[in-house]
Amino acid sequence: MITTKEEYEEIVDAYGKAGGDKEALKSREIATLVVHENRVLSANEAEGIRIKWEQKEKGVRAELTVEEGKKIKHPVHLCFGILPKEGLQEIVLKINVQDGAEVRIIAHCIFPNAVNIIHKMDADIKIGNNAKFYYHETHYHGDSGGIKVIPKAKIEVGKKSVYQNTFSLIEGCVGRLDFNYEVSCGEKSVTELVAKVYGKKEDDIKISERVSLNGREARSLIKSRLVLRDKARAEVIGETYGNAPLARGHVDCTEIVDGEEAIAKAIPIVSVKNKEAKVTHEAAIGSIDKKQMQTLMARGLDEEEAVEIIVKGILK
Amino acid sequence: MSGANMLQIENLKLIVDDNPVINDLSLNVDKGEIHAVLGVNGTGKTTLAHLIMGVNYLPDDGKIIFEGEDITGYPISQRAKMGITLAWQEPARFEGLSVRDYLGLSNELETGEIEDYLWAVGLPPFQFLDRAVDTSLSGGERKRIELASVLAMRPKFAILDEVDSGIDVVSLPHIINGIVKMKSLGSSVLLITHSEVAIEIADKVSVMCAGKIFRMGSPKEMCQWFRENCQVCGHINVPS
Repeated sequence: MITTKEEYEEIVDAYGKAGGDKEALKSREIATLVVHENRVLSANEAEGIRIKWEQKEKGVRAELTVEEGKKIKHPVHLCFGILPKEGLQEIVLKINVQDGAEVRIIAHCIFPNAVNIIHKMDADIKIGNNAKFYYHETHYHGDSGGIKVIPKAKIEVGKKSVYQNTFSLIEGCVGRLDFNYEVSCGEKSVTELVAKVYGKKEDDIKISERVSLNGREARSLIKSRLVLRDKARAEVIGETYGNAPLARGHVDCTEIVDGEEAIAKAIPIVSVKNKEAKVTHEAAIGSIDKKQMQTLMARGLDEEEAVEIIVKGILK
Repeated sequence: MSGANMLQIENLKLIVDDNPVINDLSLNVDKGEIHAVLGVNGTGKTTLAHLIMGVNYLPDDGKIIFEGEDITGYPISQRAKMGITLAWQEPARFEGLSVRDYLGLSNELETGEIEDYLWAVGLPPFQFLDRAVDTSLSGGERKRIELASVLAMRPKFAILDEVDSGIDVVSLPHIINGIVKMKSLGSSVLLITHSEVAIEIADKVSVMCAGKIFRMGSPKEMCQWFRENCQVCGHINVPS
C-alpha cells in the first residue's frame, strides 16, 4: 500500500506523461480534481467554481458548479486514473454550468499499466442559458488492452449556449470502449461532439452519440474519426433528431481500416420531425486514400511514413 | 541556363482498354530548363506526368531515363528520393496536416525558409502556416500550397500538372513567380499547361496530341502553331 503523497506524485507524473500540464495541478488559481482509484488525492476550487466530492466504495462522486455569469479564465483540470494493473473506478460526475457562465475542462484518464481495469463514468451535465462549456477528455492507456472504458453522459444544453466535447483515445490500446452520450439541445444552441479513437490489436470500440435538436434554430455536429489496425473492430452510431423549426444537424464519420482483420461499421441515423429542420450525414469507411499516399510518396516518404502522417492527421 | 540531358523518354507506350493513351512518345528535357507541354484536353498530358512519377501505371513499352538511369520500373518513393516530384492537377487534401508540416515533409526546414516558399507563391505565411491542408482551403490556395511544397522539396525535376488552371488572374503571376523561382534554384521543370502566359516562361514547348509529342519549338512559335492548327483541328486526339 503506497502512501497518499507517493500516490499523488506517481499519478501526477503519469498525468504529465499523458500530456497533462503538471504545473496546472499545483496552481492555487486553477480548479483541479485528482482521483486515484476511489480516492480524491487533491481538489482545488477557483473563483467562480465550486467542487464537492465524496469517496465511495468503488469510486468517487463529484459535483462541479460554475457560478452564474462567471467566465473562468484558466481551464479546469481533472485527472482520473488507476496505476495498478487491476482495479475498478466508478466516477459519478455532475456538472452544472449556470446561466451566462463559461468554462473549459481538460480531463485526463490515465491507466498506463492496465491489465484488468474497469473505468466507468456516469456524467450528468446541465448547461444553462447563454453559457459556454468546452470539455476535452484524453485517455492514456497501456499496451496490454486489458481495460474496459464505459463513459456515459446525459447533457442538456440551454438556450443560446455552446457545448463542445472532444474525446480522444489514441495512446496505447483502447481495450473495450463503450461510449454513450445523449444531448438535448435548446433554442439557438450549438453542440459539437468529436470522438477520435485509434484501435489496435483486439480492441473493441462502440461509440453511440445521440443528439436531439429540440429548440428552434439549434445546431449540432457529430464528428467521429477512427483508425483501426490489426484485429480491432468498431461500431459508430451517430444519431441526430431534428425536432424543431430551423434546426440543423450533421453527422460526419470517417473510419480508416488499415489491417487485414480490422472491421469498421458506421451507422448514421438522421430523423426530422419538423418540416423546417434539416439533418445531413456523411460516412466514409475504407483504406487509406490512394492519392494522399501517392502525394506524400512523391515528396520522398516511404509507404509506412506516409501512412503514419495520414493517420496522425486524422486523429489530431 | 540549360545544360545536359536530365530526362529522356524513349518510345513510351501505354495502352488502356485497347486505347493507346501514350503512343510511342519520345521527349527530352535538359538540366535547368522549363519545358512546357501543350495540348488540348484528353491528349494524355496527365498520364504522361503520372508515368514519369510512377503513379497508377507502368508503361507497356519504352523507357524513362533520369540522369542516365533507367527508372521505368521504379516505385514513386524511389523516384522522389532521386529528386523527381509532381504537383497534381487536383491536389489531395489532408485533414490535420498543417501547411507548415506539409512544406517540411521532404527536408528539415527553418520556419523562415518555409515562409519564403509561401511568399514565393504569394501566400502570406502568417495566414497560412498553421492552417490545415484540408477542404477549408480554396482550390486556388491549395494549388499554390502544392507549388510551394514542391519548391520546399528543392527537386532536381518537377512535373507541374496544370498548376495554373483554376487560378484567378490576380494570383496567376504568383504561380508564374513560383515556377521561375524553381528554375532559379536549379530545378528542371516539365510544365503542363493551357495558359499562354505560363508558356512564355518556358525554354521549349512541345505540342502533344493523341498520346504523342509531334512538334517542338520556342514558346512563341508553338503557341502560334497551336492556335492555327490544334484549335481548329477536326480530328483532335485521333491518331494519324
